[in-house]
Amino acid sequence: MQRRLTGSANDPRIRSRYRTESRFKAYTITALFVAFAIILAFFADIITQGYSAFWRSEIQVTLDYNERAERIGRFAIQEELREVVSRGAVRSIPLEIRNNPELAGSTREVWVPVYSRVDQYLKGNEELDPELAPIVDRLAEEDRIRNVFNWAFFTSGDSKLPEMAGIFSAAVGSILVLFVTLVFAFPIGVMSAIYLEEFAPDNKLTQLIEVNINNLAAVPSIIFGLLGLAVFINTFGVPRSSALVGGLTLGLMTLPIIIISTRAALRAVPDPIRLGAFAMGCSRWQVVRDHVLPLSLPGILTGTIIGLAQAMGETAPLIIVGMIAYIPDAPTSIFDSATVLPAQVFTWASEPRKAFVEKTGAGIMVLLAILLTLNATAVFLRRRFERRW
Amino acid sequence: MGIGTTTLLLLLALAPLGLLAFRLGRGKAIAKMAAGISMHSRPQQYGWYSVVWMGVPALGVALAAAILSLFGVISPARELVLIVSVAVAAIGLAHGLRAIRPEVRARNVLDNTVRFLLMGAALISIMTTIAIVLSIVFEAMRFFREVSVWEFVTGTVWAPGDTFLEAAGRGDEVEEGTSFFGSVPLFAGTFMVTAIAMATALPIGLLSAIFMSEYATRTQRGIAKPVLEILAGIPTVVYGFFAAITVTPIVVDIAGFFGLDASYSNILSPGIVMGIMIIPFISSLSDDVINSIPQSLREGAYALGTTHSETIKQVILPAALPGVISAFLLGVSRALGETMIVVMAAGVRPNLTWNPLEDMTTVTVNIVYALTGDQAFDSPKTLAAFALGLVLFIVTLMLNLVSTYLVRRFKQKYD
Repeated sequence: MQRRLTGSANDPRIRSRYRTESRFKAYTITALFVAFAIILAFFADIITQGYSAFWRSEIQVTLDYNERAERIGRFAIQEELREVVSRGAVRSIPLEIRNNPELAGSTREVWVPVYSRVDQYLKGNEELDPELAPIVDRLAEEDRIRNVFNWAFFTSGDSKLPEMAGIFSAAVGSILVLFVTLVFAFPIGVMSAIYLEEFAPDNKLTQLIEVNINNLAAVPSIIFGLLGLAVFINTFGVPRSSALVGGLTLGLMTLPIIIISTRAALRAVPDPIRLGAFAMGCSRWQVVRDHVLPLSLPGILTGTIIGLAQAMGETAPLIIVGMIAYIPDAPTSIFDSATVLPAQVFTWASEPRKAFVEKTGAGIMVLLAILLTLNATAVFLRRRFERRW
Repeated sequence: MGIGTTTLLLLLALAPLGLLAFRLGRGKAIAKMAAGISMHSRPQQYGWYSVVWMGVPALGVALAAAILSLFGVISPARELVLIVSVAVAAIGLAHGLRAIRPEVRARNVLDNTVRFLLMGAALISIMTTIAIVLSIVFEAMRFFREVSVWEFVTGTVWAPGDTFLEAAGRGDEVEEGTSFFGSVPLFAGTFMVTAIAMATALPIGLLSAIFMSEYATRTQRGIAKPVLEILAGIPTVVYGFFAAITVTPIVVDIAGFFGLDASYSNILSPGIVMGIMIIPFISSLSDDVINSIPQSLREGAYALGTTHSETIKQVILPAALPGVISAFLLGVSRALGETMIVVMAAGVRPNLTWNPLEDMTTVTVNIVYALTGDQAFDSPKTLAAFALGLVLFIVTLMLNLVSTYLVRRFKQKYD
């Protein structure tokens, strides 16, 4: 729009119309910037809440493998420091002594994780008991406390002790669930899409299936949880909380997404390719198998990745089928009780203790990193293999 | 489990047979061709033809057995089913191999089999819907046998029992042994949170869409659109955490600044965060709709001397209205069914109020709490979840149908 203020443009009515024009444009820009600001605030918030969980404080103690420590690990540490170290870190000492009898009576200098409240105090998040704070301060001055990268966060499962809790078992659970979802939903989804796009006659049944798929895509996810509970658990007896029931439930939820995006990918293959193949004497199935499917595969994969990413972030239906159990050890099969990353985040978020807030934030950062990677892969695939016919 | 393991064992048993069938069938066809006989189809198609003859009857037997036992007519032993299926497979294979003759149209048989297989897959979506309806209706009926529909629909007290409130630390509020299942306060909460969400999402989403499709340059649009869509990829559990940890204290502080008393589980902050979640949904759907409006309409309006914003407000938006309304309705349906945000940030106390700074609870929160307790599965407390789910399903289904209808009508207008 050009705005040359000559002649009638000086007319107050026209000038007021131009003012309305720029005001309206400003509104639209503001709306977009509000949305951007929210995204920024959101990421800043999650990162400030969670980044500190990637580090943890460790304290240098002298482990004394005395007789009392053979029964209760805490006695291996000098009395003053017993409240400072993590209970989880010394729990295994009796077992250690039992396995290596030569340890008994010896002493050793080691770094062990500190009690979660001490950790929070050192990170400046929380106050500490007045008796404990001076001890911690002194230790810090003596350089007997160090801050290290918290590898355990990635290698250990959930724990009731915040300083010991990690995301490993939830990550394994997520992988198992996604595996079941993929194995179940991908073939059925692609097959349905091929039928609807390439084989189906245009009749009432086809229309019914089509309307139905669109509706399924918009059914609230929690309803799929109710379905999974009633059908898979109560009717078919699939074990509650297992990756199998979670994966099947999410599979039914992901199915419409895969069908819809696969159909779009199939539709993008131009008809002359089909007609050419038919002209060479291919049967319909040969046309689909040898020509249409290979050409639309990148599109199908893109849709599948997006569907899986959505399933990976989903929590509500999984809660209904029992996947918020406390799972410290990684599941070893799809029949074991399992939890998934978002459910782990949910469990931590409902913990009252402050130390779990940073765990929640860190769990979310990992989850978001995975989801963004998945989505970016989908975008990359689409860009890389996009073909103009 | 039972049916699942049987299926798995059956597939394991049939897989080598299938391989054998393929090799034998193809071998026979190749042999015939080598003998100079002209066959209708390619050798591997005869291979697949034998596989079909081997597999389809066997799977049919297994399916029939599964259906019979599912409906409780007879439940044959797993071993029996397995043996009979494999026997049928062997007979089928023998027949299929014998049937390979030059005039047999293996290719056509194969095509038809594939078509039926694909149709079966497509029917799974219908079966899912039927399963949703049946399972939810069935469980809800068990609930309504004990609680009257009238009480459920019009009652204003929701107190499914002590266990539930005790979990929330308020066991003393309910008298011993009384349960009330009046769902009005839950739906009031749900509609309140939905209204707040839509009041947040609609202006931001629609105005952003207008900017992206009308004012933005190609580059700006290329940046803005994917950035907005990041919001769509964030899991709801993360939004819930954001609402509970960050937004609620801000809301309480701001309310306090104005001298208002806000609860820490107020319904306003989950509503706002839910609105943020719905922004990309509204914006990308509206963007599509606005983009699909023919350029000639805009040019016509410019020719009459309207400014850009007047064109948008008086020509484009009215033309896009059905699409925008449909996006709005889909957003509403999403907000009604959204669970994690409200579970994490809203309260569990049923409360019939107009004040969004107070606690309210929603339908989905109560579904979650009803099914995460330790109650037996046949108590009304648990079954109430299915009654709530049924209503939720019906309401969202209606919204979806209306919005698809609007989109279809709208498309006819300009094509």
